[in-house]
Amino acid sequence: MSKKKDSFADEGLAGAIFTTETQVLAHTNVQHDGDDPLNDILSSPVGFIEQERYTCAIGALQSVVAIPKAVPILHSGPGCGTMIQGFFERSTGYAGGSTSPCTNFSETEVVFGGTERLRKIIEGTYKVLNTDLQVVLTGCTADIVGDDTAQVVNDFKRDGRPIVQVDTAGFKHNNLVAHSDVVNAIIDQYVHKFAANVTPRSDKRLVNLFASIPYQDPFWKGNLREYKRLLEALGLQVNVLFGPESGGVSEWQTIPRANFNILVSPWYGLPIVQNLAEKYGQPFVCFGHLPIGAGETGRFLETVAAFARENNAGTNRCDIKALIAKEEQAYYEEIDNLATFLLEFRYGLPNHVHILHDGGYVVGLARFLLHEVGIVPKEQFVVDNTPAEFQDAIRADLAAASDKRVIPLYFTADAGAAQHAIRALKHRGRGLIIGSGWDKELACEKNYDFLSASAPSPYRLVLTTNYVGYSGGLRVIEDIYSAVLATYA
Amino acid sequence: MPEVNLHASAVAVREIRLNTITGFTGKATELLAQQRCGGLVDQPRSFTQCLGCSTSNAACMVTLVQDGVVISHGPVGCSSCLHEFAFTYRVNAPLRGISHASQRHIYSTNLSEEDTVFGGNQKLADTIRAVASRDDPRVIFIITTCASGIIGDDVEGIADQAEEELGIPVVAIFCEGFRSKVWTSGFDAGYHGIARKLVRPPRQKRPIINVINFWGSDIFSRWFKRFDVTPNFITPYATAESLSYSSEALASVQACTTLGSYLSGALEQHYGVPALRAAPPYGVAATDRWLRALGALLGKPEVAEAIIADDHEQFLPQVHELRARLKGRSAYVTAGAGHGHSLLAVLAELGIRAQGASLFHHDPVNDFDNEDADALVAMVHDYGDVPNLSICNKQEFELVNVLNRIRPDILLARHGGMTLWGAKLGIPSLLIGDEHFGMGYEGLVNYGEAILESVENDEFVKNLSRHSVNPYSKWWLEQPPYAFLGDDT
Repeated sequence: MSKKKDSFADEGLAGAIFTTETQVLAHTNVQHDGDDPLNDILSSPVGFIEQERYTCAIGALQSVVAIPKAVPILHSGPGCGTMIQGFFERSTGYAGGSTSPCTNFSETEVVFGGTERLRKIIEGTYKVLNTDLQVVLTGCTADIVGDDTAQVVNDFKRDGRPIVQVDTAGFKHNNLVAHSDVVNAIIDQYVHKFAANVTPRSDKRLVNLFASIPYQDPFWKGNLREYKRLLEALGLQVNVLFGPESGGVSEWQTIPRANFNILVSPWYGLPIVQNLAEKYGQPFVCFGHLPIGAGETGRFLETVAAFARENNAGTNRCDIKALIAKEEQAYYEEIDNLATFLLEFRYGLPNHVHILHDGGYVVGLARFLLHEVGIVPKEQFVVDNTPAEFQDAIRADLAAASDKRVIPLYFTADAGAAQHAIRALKHRGRGLIIGSGWDKELACEKNYDFLSASAPSPYRLVLTTNYVGYSGGLRVIEDIYSAVLATYA
Repeated sequence: MPEVNLHASAVAVREIRLNTITGFTGKATELLAQQRCGGLVDQPRSFTQCLGCSTSNAACMVTLVQDGVVISHGPVGCSSCLHEFAFTYRVNAPLRGISHASQRHIYSTNLSEEDTVFGGNQKLADTIRAVASRDDPRVIFIITTCASGIIGDDVEGIADQAEEELGIPVVAIFCEGFRSKVWTSGFDAGYHGIARKLVRPPRQKRPIINVINFWGSDIFSRWFKRFDVTPNFITPYATAESLSYSSEALASVQACTTLGSYLSGALEQHYGVPALRAAPPYGVAATDRWLRALGALLGKPEVAEAIIADDHEQFLPQVHELRARLKGRSAYVTAGAGHGHSLLAVLAELGIRAQGASLFHHDPVNDFDNEDADALVAMVHDYGDVPNLSICNKQEFELVNVLNRIRPDILLARHGGMTLWGAKLGIPSLLIGDEHFGMGYEGLVNYGEAILESVENDEFVKNLSRHSVNPYSKWWLEQPPYAFLGDDT
């Protein structure tokens, strides 16, 4: 079904940039190749971004919002908070959104500096709001005019206030990078104050988990809950640090006591575990993609269990094989029950998928859909501005998903270009696009099925759903096929 | 009215152009008395929460132009809430007769730290050309940000150069957040750019009337039909061409004086399109006046009288009935300036006692420099005084405090984020997103029924109030609500 456009037609655009579809058809499964026509579409030396899938550094204020009873204080222009609130939607938490104090830089502060204004706003915060932790985040304005924010915050620290300062000028980083800056600032300036009274790594069973970035991962709350449940089944105690499963600032105070750290991420969050390794000698174990479904969740548990044994976490009594077998039994009961539908449903189900997401989701979902659902991953797009030094590892991780096929993988922050690439592609059968709300219109154009699973997500409501783990895999299946079946009416 | 200078690249912000204030508390009559004697002085706050940003409001006026693209010249965060306009465009398209809404094209130049040092001019120039080639738009809008403003990029020069080269209008819109505490200044900035770069001299007059509005339901066509004219909606769902020839309209009207008076004034001064000065048609008295003014302007006073007679007969009996059912109820209003005045008129017409209002800014004069267009003057003239009128740019802490004291039967809100606090306090809270919902005689019936429904169905807010968390301190809730207004803290 081709849809008529009301204004300047998108069909014409794809044609203008990409001359023939046959070029693509003749060119499957090749990457790093100068002849790959998708590279022409995706290469943008200019550096602009169409259709943002992440926001700027100050967006990491959501990592503060995710800590129970913490408040972000913005030393920024007016509207920075509103922009972040608008990007994530339904993300106010305890004291985010319209509740967050802000200096609202005006011409006066741009000319004369805004540190005195900041001092007043912090004083007001203590009077007006009940909070356990205050994190001052700077915007572009404060940074460009050169305000000494740290000095103001230090005065309050000297008074014993639980206050932290972090530079988050929007032009410096995006929110995926700044998440680590915020967490490290809290560790260095707040958690470390409590480290004097404890021996680092004294609690052998305790681990700190760094996985989903709150709100940037729409499933962060559910995912953290599921990681915690699985890791506790291994015999570990887990600091998840964010969301309702965390114990708020008192849990943060126990970070130094943890035996080791777990990072589930292809790149973001790495500076946190590196900082903790340096500060408290805590080793860390990395899992590069989200463990979705049975295969990867089992591998995740085995990886962590082995690491726990190496670090004498006292988890030896846990029978990892029995644990996985028990989880898999329930899981495969569902898949078994579903298989007839997947194999026989005569009215059409998607047979291939394009995913636009961060590297952790792209690899995690691609592995899961290929092996456990039977949807073949075609061209995949990592749109999280992955730093160049991590891209090869992500390519290798995806390549290891299959020994019989190559899944083409592209990195671009300009997701608008990724959409044009998908527009130019043609595969046999019914397609599925997993991405953000931006991609719903692309899916409509191509008459593909669509699953909203990344920010921004205006067409989908997520509360505490998880996509990681065994139950997460089943939920992904429910979400995909509910969307598919909803098209039959 | 004061001269609209279309030679200047930017329009002065409201604080400078209209002496606009964002801090006041008192009675409506006190506010008007002070504005009439020129004695209205803004009162600053020593504690503030996040404000809105002019760049979002400028974007609001240009993102929904059908065949335009928008480039935010700034860090990626400065455009991160604009996906909400893409959503709006798609969802409300049927209200403007567009059956298949095309995807919005929203770009960020993604300014980096290096750009803030060496300037972002080249990046902007390259982005404009790449965007023109990718999307083949009929107009390109560039909205500025704090970062591009402070580093002093030559946005105007680059836009002009690109315009010459590309042969389509490239409109530089100056809307840096730090320039104004009144985010409505962003609307003016958007309109200024449109008036100076898109609007062309008329070829001939046509039987159309410019309606300067957002994307609300179309109440105008029904009225206009009897005058043998059709609405030319500005700017959402307009095209570059329909905006260019808005100069050919017989008249301009606005959904809200605050929103539209700058652009309708510009069209009047530069292209002879008369602007309707009557306050917008909310409440019986204002609607009568508005229709009569329109009839006079179009030389068809008898048509106006006929509409008034017919609509009175059709709707006023229902209004009387609603008045009886709403008798004794009280309300509190939180809204932008113009629309807030209109909501107060709607409440008064329905016999609901306004216990107060929190309006986001106040213009002591409007761009027409004409009191007839002042909806607050009209409201006080028609219905009398309003106590507890505060001018407050969405400072949630003040709203929470005042609602906690006043405890109205219903909270009427116009902007996002404010209803939460009514609901947390167990107060039925109603936000009508469609700004035309309350317009005309029919609008009184619409609002009356919606208010009754909210007040009667209060189970949800009562339950929420028993379980919701409150970050505001006991100390604060015991202080006078405007304790931080002025410098007395």
